[in-house]
Amino acid sequence: MPPSTYAPVAATGVFTLTAWVVALPMIGAAILLLGGKRTNAWGHLLGCLAALGSFALGAVLFFSLLGKPGDARSYDQHVYTWIPVPGFSADAGFHLDQLSMTFVLLITGVGSLIHIYSVGYMAHDDNRRKFFAYLNLFLAAMLVLVLANNYLLLYAGWEGVGLASYLLIGFWQHKPSAAVAAKKAFIVNRVGDVGLSIAVMLMYTTFGGFAFTDVFNKAPGADRDTILGIGLMLLLGACAKSAQFPLQSWLLDAMEGPTPVSALIHAATMVTAGVYLIVRSHVIFDISPNARLLVTIVGAITLMMGAIIGCAKDDIKKALAGSTMSQIGYMVLGAGLGPIGYVFAIMHLVTHGFFKAGLFLGAGSVMHGMNDDVDMRHYGALRKYMPVTYVTFGLGYLAIIGCPPFSGFWSKDKIIEAAFAQGGTSGWVLGCTALLGALITAFYMTRVMLMTFFGEKRWVEDEQGHEAHPHESPKSMTIPMILLAVGSVFAGGLFSIGSSFANWLEPVTGRAEGHSPINTTVLSVITLVAVALGVGYAWRLYGTRTRPVPALAPAGSPLTRAARRDLYGDAFNEAAFMRTGQWLTRLLVYFDLRGVDGVVNGVAAGLGGSSSRFRRLQNGFVRSYALSMFGGAALLIAALLLVKA
Amino acid sequence: MPSILAASTAAASNTAPFTAPHVEWGKLSPMLIVLGAATMGVLVEAFAPRAARYRLQVGLTLLALAAAFAAVIALHDTPTSVAAAGAVAVDKTTLFFQGTILAISFIAVLVIAERRTEGGQDAFAAQGGSVPGSQQEREAVRAGWLTTEVYPLVLFSIGGMLLFPAANDLLTMFVALEVLSLPLYLVCGLARHRRLLSQEAALKYFLLGAFSSAFFLYGAALLYGYAGSVQLSNSDPHNPGIAQAVAAHAHGPALLYTGIALLGMGLLFKVGAAPFHMWTPDVYEGAPTPITGFMSAATKIAAFGALVRVLDVGLAGSVDVWRPVIEIVAILTMVVGGILALTQRNVKRMLAYSAILNAGYIIMALVSTGHDALASLLFFLPTYGIALVGSFAVVTLVRDAGGVEATDLSRWAGLGKSAPIPATLMSIFLLAFAGIPFTSIFVGKFAVFQAALAAGAPQLVIVAVLASAVAAFFYLRVIVVMFFSDPMPDGPTIANPSIAVKTALAVSALVTVAMGVAPAALLHLSNAAAVLAR
Repeated sequence: MPPSTYAPVAATGVFTLTAWVVALPMIGAAILLLGGKRTNAWGHLLGCLAALGSFALGAVLFFSLLGKPGDARSYDQHVYTWIPVPGFSADAGFHLDQLSMTFVLLITGVGSLIHIYSVGYMAHDDNRRKFFAYLNLFLAAMLVLVLANNYLLLYAGWEGVGLASYLLIGFWQHKPSAAVAAKKAFIVNRVGDVGLSIAVMLMYTTFGGFAFTDVFNKAPGADRDTILGIGLMLLLGACAKSAQFPLQSWLLDAMEGPTPVSALIHAATMVTAGVYLIVRSHVIFDISPNARLLVTIVGAITLMMGAIIGCAKDDIKKALAGSTMSQIGYMVLGAGLGPIGYVFAIMHLVTHGFFKAGLFLGAGSVMHGMNDDVDMRHYGALRKYMPVTYVTFGLGYLAIIGCPPFSGFWSKDKIIEAAFAQGGTSGWVLGCTALLGALITAFYMTRVMLMTFFGEKRWVEDEQGHEAHPHESPKSMTIPMILLAVGSVFAGGLFSIGSSFANWLEPVTGRAEGHSPINTTVLSVITLVAVALGVGYAWRLYGTRTRPVPALAPAGSPLTRAARRDLYGDAFNEAAFMRTGQWLTRLLVYFDLRGVDGVVNGVAAGLGGSSSRFRRLQNGFVRSYALSMFGGAALLIAALLLVKA
Repeated sequence: MPSILAASTAAASNTAPFTAPHVEWGKLSPMLIVLGAATMGVLVEAFAPRAARYRLQVGLTLLALAAAFAAVIALHDTPTSVAAAGAVAVDKTTLFFQGTILAISFIAVLVIAERRTEGGQDAFAAQGGSVPGSQQEREAVRAGWLTTEVYPLVLFSIGGMLLFPAANDLLTMFVALEVLSLPLYLVCGLARHRRLLSQEAALKYFLLGAFSSAFFLYGAALLYGYAGSVQLSNSDPHNPGIAQAVAAHAHGPALLYTGIALLGMGLLFKVGAAPFHMWTPDVYEGAPTPITGFMSAATKIAAFGALVRVLDVGLAGSVDVWRPVIEIVAILTMVVGGILALTQRNVKRMLAYSAILNAGYIIMALVSTGHDALASLLFFLPTYGIALVGSFAVVTLVRDAGGVEATDLSRWAGLGKSAPIPATLMSIFLLAFAGIPFTSIFVGKFAVFQAALAAGAPQLVIVAVLASAVAAFFYLRVIVVMFFSDPMPDGPTIANPSIAVKTALAVSALVTVAMGVAPAALLHLSNAAAVLAR
């Protein structure tokens, strides 16, 4: 079924609260940043309140939206017009529909839990207030991104989350690795930002406006090549933000940020912005099969890359980061499939938001108890010492590997099914890739689980000689974990019973049934067998008592070594971009010194020189000033008489 | 024009008794309030005891400005008309100019009245008449005298500024020009420190101002000779104004164009356009800084108001002839302002050249007599004026030993560390001057450039954009000096100003940012206000 035409009505009544969803965290961030040290004592509480308030408003909007018929759940709220001049409008306005509503609930819901978690996690940090200010800033920017009713405002939110991500990855900037990681994330994201900005500019020249109403309603009538160009530029933006091939390299390093940041920004919300962008712009992709094909290819490659990297990492957060890449690969793949995949991409995005945030918070809890050690080879047997963490992490684990009836099973299964349903050779290739990805996912997640919570103790002293004393984390940390675990268990099932989630989103994205060459039940069974194989193999390697996990990583196969080095993503970047970039720079510097500098310095020297020369006219003598005025007046008369003649 | 001559002869021979003209007091009330308060200020000077004068004068001045502003607000619905027997045009544009001048003057007076930064002394000489460096001066300083005459002088000047953009005939306009200028010449020479420099500036300003007034007057006389009337516009067919005469003869004689050139020169002098700009840096540097802020903003606004009135009302019919000349002046002004600012090491002089550059931007909006161009000019002026007042207010705070302002740029090194709040405020104003988005002047420039483009003058926009690029260098250099160099060991001290100056600074900065983020209200207002009584 195609989506209903994009014709939002002006927001009235309760829907005018939409702006406040954004405003609350924005105000929170402003107070905390401008208030400075004065807000230290209660800053974290204000941060949490802003997030919770925003979530409460989101919930109110959600239930109000439910009260409307399916095709009347699209509202626009005009906030203000920046520069109202003829021929150009840069408006700030919000658009509330099922898609943005879903994101609002995810962002504010998971965001609130992570705010609460951070109260405990960051308790001993001197800059806790600043941390909450940045978290609030992130929430505000992310909400602007998903609620914007035009691409210009969306771009502003896009840059805003990039800024917040930069600030938070580098939050512990005294560590050089964190500072470098923040810079890397920022620079890689610039590449994507340029793509998105070109897309926005193309939209303006093609459709004469930035608003969704302009773009979506005029796109079907536009030139196909332009549409393809816009689609590719959007994809470039999405690749950087969502860590998709070939712009994936920043995400693993981004784990230098505090763990709540990894959970909120680099797992549950911001990195999924690319998926949002593609699904939101589905009108563009619907009419450009070539752009869609590229989206699926990017998704499939990243899905495999992330999974392989996840298998080789000993750093628990990096293993999870690889997994995030891989899972977002699934979503991008789903989004690239078009109307048969949009709703499932978003559904997987939401369930992933729950279980991946839960897994990261669990990892944070483990690190909290292990003197901030992240090496899984130094863990082991933690299930007895951290029971709550163990259980919640375990539920997240079952969800991500796709064990029925947990959340991941429902959403991932649907994407695999949709990939096969694409039909033709591409359908088989994509479907098999997704299936293989499920197997590898089961393997690396089981590996993480076993190395962390099972087996023998392999604890080590930290650099100051402190023994590890693993203990359960405080309530402020465990309660968010428990709540996220509940989501990991039930969300997928709730969404799938009676296709409730698909029906909810259908008016926005449209939906089509594919024709799977394999019976869906058979496919589910095949998927489960693949998962079981992955789990079994991991158990054989890491679970049996006869083969304890070595405390030092063994040399490993070439593939393992490659995966440990992020599949040479950085090496590739260095060889392809950095080196050539350096050569190019050297070449340019050469020309710059010889040619351009001559011109530039010439212009500067010319300006400076003429400035000094002009200055001599300014000699301080009234008589010469009067003379120049007289001359000027004579010139005015001459000019006027000349023009007239 | 024999018919006109005949008509005037006939009028002279008519021996009808003289009837007093009807004066619409209500419509003139903003000007009357300010001028009345100025007169009262003179009485205060004469009769109030010395100790009470400062408070009385400041209170009276602020009260008068607020009351006049209220009168402008009350008049906002007045239908477009001419008052006082056709001498004063009361239309939306007049009221917009008057409101802007009053609001900016109010903020400027808050800064002028400051006397906390120097232990009870203000920015003005203890006794204007004393010879600098003399015994008499030292005694006046020791006695703690203040030159409170400044306040009535400023009020008279403001009164002139209110009349200047409203004048509908050239004689009234000339009177307004003199009323606004003469008090300014005086207060320019009243700086407390570096008095000789200040007096030199005042004398220069006076001589050159008198020189340009003569041009203005001669231009007015030539136009009268051409049109037989000094009124810019008069819809009465028996008594046509200049606009009607121009419309009747699309290609007038040399008399008309010589008149336009001389009149225009007098007005362009006041806005500081090249090649009539040379007084600006010297006067801005020498005048007491609070006065510099006041006159650079308010005088410029008033003078642009008069230019708009002359060009758009009186001479709209011959736009094809004067437009190329105005374009050349705009380009010249931007080039001169932009290039000369590059090598300035003194903050006040740099701001003076930046004011020349900005005058060039505003002149761009004069090339069209259309509604949009006027609206963009109306938006630009208040945003620019308020940022200018704010930036000069910051300059008053940075002082060397002995209370002399440290205006050399090198003395501002590291100000960002030693005085973060003034440095941040200054940065806001400088970023606004540089036209960075989300500041008011970005929007103003955007509107002006677009108006010039719509008026078919892309060459002006190209020059303006290039000049903006050059200008970014010298604006940002100040920020770089303040935030990225180390403070000097014997660096300047930062005065802790009174609540009034803090308010002035806060309001200026707030307006500068707010009009950049949410300019819609002011844009609508300036759009609605772009209505002239033709």
